[in-house]
Amino acid sequence: MTPWILQNLWLIPVLPMVAAGISALLKRRERGLSAGLAIGSMTISLLLSLKAFAEALAHPALQVKIVDWMQFGDQWVQLGWLLDPLAAVMLVMVSFVGLLIFIYSLGYMAHDDNFARFFCFLSLFAGAMLGVVIANSLLLLFMCWEVVGLTSYLLIGFWFHRPAAAAAAKKAFITTRVGDLGLLIGMVWLYSQSGTLIFYGYGNGCLEQRAVTAMATHATVAGMAVSTAIGLLIFCGAVGKSGQVPLHVWLPDAMEGPTPVSALIHAATMVAAGVYLVARVYPLMSGSALEVVAWVGAITALFAACIAVAQNDIKRILAYSTVSQLGYMMLGLGVGGVAVGMFHLITHAFFKALLFLGAGSVIHGCTEEQDIRNMGGLRKFLPVTFATYSAGMLALCGFPLFAGFWSKDAILHAARGWDVSMGPFYLGAIGALLTAFYMTRQMYYVFFGQKRTPAATVTPAAVAAHGAGHGVEPAVSPRPGEVCAVEDPHESPSVMTGPLAILAVFAVFLGFVGTPAWPWFQNFLNGRGVAWDWAGFSEPGLVSTMVVSSLIVFAGLLLGWWFYGRKPIVNATDEDALESLAPPVFHALGNRLYVDEFYGVTVIALTRFCAAFASWLDRWIFGGLVRLLAWTVTGVSWLDAGVDRFVVNGGFDEGCREVSRGGRLLSRLQNGRVQTYLSVIAAALVVLALWLLWGHRG
Amino acid sequence: MLAWTIYISFLGALLARLSPSKGLARAVALLTALAGLGIGLVTLHAWQPGELLTITRIAWVPQLGLEYHLAADGISLTLVLLTGLAATAGILFSWNIEKRTQEFFAFYLVLIGGVYGVFLSFDLFLLFVFYEIAIIPKYFLIAIWGSAKAGATGEEAGSQREYAAMKLALYSFGGSALVLAGMVATWVAAGAHSMSFDVLAAAHLSTPLQMALFPLVFVGFAVLAGMWPFHTWAPTGHAAAPTAASMLLAGVVMKLGAYGCLRVAMMLFPAGMNPWGFHVLGLGSWREVFALLAVIGIVYGASVALVQRDFKFVIGYSSVSHMGFVLLGLMTLTQIGLDGAVLQMFSHGVIAGLLFAVVGRMAYDRTHTRDLNELGPMQLGHAIPFAAVTFILAGMASIGLPGFSGFIAEFQVLVGTWRSFSWMIVIAGIGILVGIAFTWRALTKAFYGEPTPGAVEHALPPITFPEKLGALLLLASTLVVGLYPRILTDLILPALNSPLFEGLRQGAWR
Repeated sequence: MTPWILQNLWLIPVLPMVAAGISALLKRRERGLSAGLAIGSMTISLLLSLKAFAEALAHPALQVKIVDWMQFGDQWVQLGWLLDPLAAVMLVMVSFVGLLIFIYSLGYMAHDDNFARFFCFLSLFAGAMLGVVIANSLLLLFMCWEVVGLTSYLLIGFWFHRPAAAAAAKKAFITTRVGDLGLLIGMVWLYSQSGTLIFYGYGNGCLEQRAVTAMATHATVAGMAVSTAIGLLIFCGAVGKSGQVPLHVWLPDAMEGPTPVSALIHAATMVAAGVYLVARVYPLMSGSALEVVAWVGAITALFAACIAVAQNDIKRILAYSTVSQLGYMMLGLGVGGVAVGMFHLITHAFFKALLFLGAGSVIHGCTEEQDIRNMGGLRKFLPVTFATYSAGMLALCGFPLFAGFWSKDAILHAARGWDVSMGPFYLGAIGALLTAFYMTRQMYYVFFGQKRTPAATVTPAAVAAHGAGHGVEPAVSPRPGEVCAVEDPHESPSVMTGPLAILAVFAVFLGFVGTPAWPWFQNFLNGRGVAWDWAGFSEPGLVSTMVVSSLIVFAGLLLGWWFYGRKPIVNATDEDALESLAPPVFHALGNRLYVDEFYGVTVIALTRFCAAFASWLDRWIFGGLVRLLAWTVTGVSWLDAGVDRFVVNGGFDEGCREVSRGGRLLSRLQNGRVQTYLSVIAAALVVLALWLLWGHRG
Repeated sequence: MLAWTIYISFLGALLARLSPSKGLARAVALLTALAGLGIGLVTLHAWQPGELLTITRIAWVPQLGLEYHLAADGISLTLVLLTGLAATAGILFSWNIEKRTQEFFAFYLVLIGGVYGVFLSFDLFLLFVFYEIAIIPKYFLIAIWGSAKAGATGEEAGSQREYAAMKLALYSFGGSALVLAGMVATWVAAGAHSMSFDVLAAAHLSTPLQMALFPLVFVGFAVLAGMWPFHTWAPTGHAAAPTAASMLLAGVVMKLGAYGCLRVAMMLFPAGMNPWGFHVLGLGSWREVFALLAVIGIVYGASVALVQRDFKFVIGYSSVSHMGFVLLGLMTLTQIGLDGAVLQMFSHGVIAGLLFAVVGRMAYDRTHTRDLNELGPMQLGHAIPFAAVTFILAGMASIGLPGFSGFIAEFQVLVGTWRSFSWMIVIAGIGILVGIAFTWRALTKAFYGEPTPGAVEHALPPITFPEKLGALLLLASTLVVGLYPRILTDLILPALNSPLFEGLRQGAWR
């Protein structure tokens, strides 16, 4: 007897998709209906997700449902969905955070002309993302995955009239597709190897014992097991989607989208899909594949944290922080297993969504200002935002007892105990220091000190410096001191602060579901029960790691205060405290370590060159050959014509003249209009065909 | 009944030519195309899987053993459906033709009739006749109603049209010449008493002969399928043709070539793809040679499209790239690859038709430019949002986004490729990536360019009802097939398993 919720699990992703479909057909002015559909469908999805969660609690074993889709060569391709604790947790997280952000968007997007379209895209995204979560087939997962990428593209480019937004959208789509190419090839290989793309199918799935063993023993080039190679190819897709080095470049640019989009897609859910994908195909990940995952994650964690230190756009700082935290999750998956990485994914989803929504509230309150140098002293004007933002910031830094503390600590602890290398641990630890530092810097710039209204003090140099910090799109980067000066910042409406408050509660307390003494979350994912046990803390090295990481956080906070808190920042144009300390380093970081420029002169230039070369080849070589042939034929024809005219025709002409006189009569039939000829031919053909047809019936 | 698709088209051509008013010609054309589509759908509804439906079989030139033999299997029916769709949409998108309207639709329907004929012919000679019938109207459609390359005017424009039309006709006839030679040789070798496919397929020609004839006939047809390096007619031809003709060119005429490759070259000469027994530059059989050319075409077409300034050339080259997938799928000689190839024929026909409709009809007919740099400042995304949305959707379908028919087709081709030539999948993958780049480049440049400061915004005529109808028809088709591919795969797969393809299966089938 299949439980009701398993039978109907497909409703969870399909409902928002249907809502999106309906609102796509609505007129632009039907704003309320569109938003209502989106929020209504999401609420039902949340309720169903909770029911699924309860089901997973009651029966933690994996349950699947499989349907035939189409015949694929000689096999049937099946699609299906599954329910296990991993999927259940993700379902609840995505639908809950999604719902909160939908509600928040009511306020944030209230003045936008394309309000209805926005909710249409958001619903489509939510549906596809939920589809990724419950997919029981790599093919179905990939299909939803691509739709997720598409909606991400549409939403980044939502304000497409801003060229920077359109460019960022294009960049995001293409960059993630580079990773997806790896995923696609991995999928093709997996299909060829195991004959199925179903994850779990009563012993026949590609993630189940039989297939995995077969693939692990089958070696490919350079002695690498097939499963490792496939695992790494699939990981490529995760690298693209989750913004890991070297494909991280699109994520900070994606901040051109509306802030709720950044919160939902580019912080809480979509970018985490890569992490989820790795967690989902974990059985394929052999030891050596996991080593790659761990290293990529650790490098990303530190790399992005470094860059975040020198950014001035409030959302870009958060974006780099997201990249960095995603690196931690990958590191957690690599060194500690599914539960470690997933725990951070879940806590991060809550506090990062909170931070983004807080940033959105700040931007909203400051009339679209995004440059932190032009803010300051906002804690007086936006008290709720300030309080909730602080909670999110402490959680992100890993301040003891906040949500991020428990999850990040689990990762660092696992990294420390990793038997391959201590490298990732050190990278992660330094990253944690920087995280605390750049978040403190941001807090001081935005909320403390005095309100900087530097309308008169804007200098071309400041604008130029800011533009450089944004690399490619100086045209739309906020112009210092132009907007904030107009009016006092104001707190956001309660439809926006409400979700902030709810998320803040989670940012503070969510970590307690996975403490070492009560590792409910970890055990739930592994299908085990849980009991309160203080002995969890006595695991060797655990407490010392906690102490060390707490010290690191305090050090980071202290450093931040030392540089930015001691003396309040007075003018928007003042040199950054770090900038005066080490200008070249700061500028290099501010320019995002020139990764974009590097790609510009290598990959992109090469592609352009090849394309131009092929175009040239087509035009001059192939086209030239055709012309040469044509000229040759024409030349020979002229020659023949000359021969005919002067040699053959001489004596012949006279006789012909006689004939042609007679022929003049007949020539009236030939009036030279090709169309008439063709009409006659067509008529004749039809008659012929009919004659043939009927002639042989009778 | 299926044969009536042919007769109705020719009859419709005659009526359209003779009709006194332009409106009547349009109506006749539309009804004719709809009738063709309707017949296809009715047949689909009553279809028995795996069936080989003989429609008529009567002696034609008994002395030579030529027959008027029409029949259809699942592959034919798939392409007949495609033709019906493309024809209907093409007429909807040429509703605004005012120049010699009657003649335009007459030529158009003759072309359609010829195409139906090719797909339904089961006699090699008959197929060849219809193939030639289809080529001639193309020339006139381009030479009379075509448009010139961006920037050209007056006489220059005229000569460019004629150049393109002539190039296309010459390439087509060049290919036909190869096919004709192969055809005669086959007929003689098979005993000179019949040209019907069932007889020829069972004739057991000697392997050396098959090896000699296969490349001849394959190349002859592949020219029309846009195989690199015989592709150059395609972009110029597409670009110069009027919208409906480019839709048909990319939508069905290129499929004629691919269909010929499968139905004639591969079905009749399966042993032609056997290994030579020696290697030249690492290639050991015709199969590998053509697979390589196909995969080069995929990357090459995509990368040339990346640097075009003319919007129609972008789409024209994209056709070369996507047809590469068809040829690659054919050369994998796996069931899944062939299935994907036929599905890709359908998919590309619909999607390319849609793209050309947006570029040629919606954008060019309103702005009178196809230069991407000139289109940008016009802010077409604001002026004609329907066109922009259609292009986005068609672009997504074109780059193989799941949910659209292109994904499932290309995915099957890739799986087949992986089994036969694993390393080529990487090159094909790069082609897909470049494909995304050029689609998005064209999209942003054409629809969301930067406005020129101070420019006056010209009001463009709104999108008409026939245009919307045509776009929705094509979009719905690609979506339906993408979400429920069984509609077509249930036709294609049993056909591939039929006795006609016995030779292929026994040969290199994996």
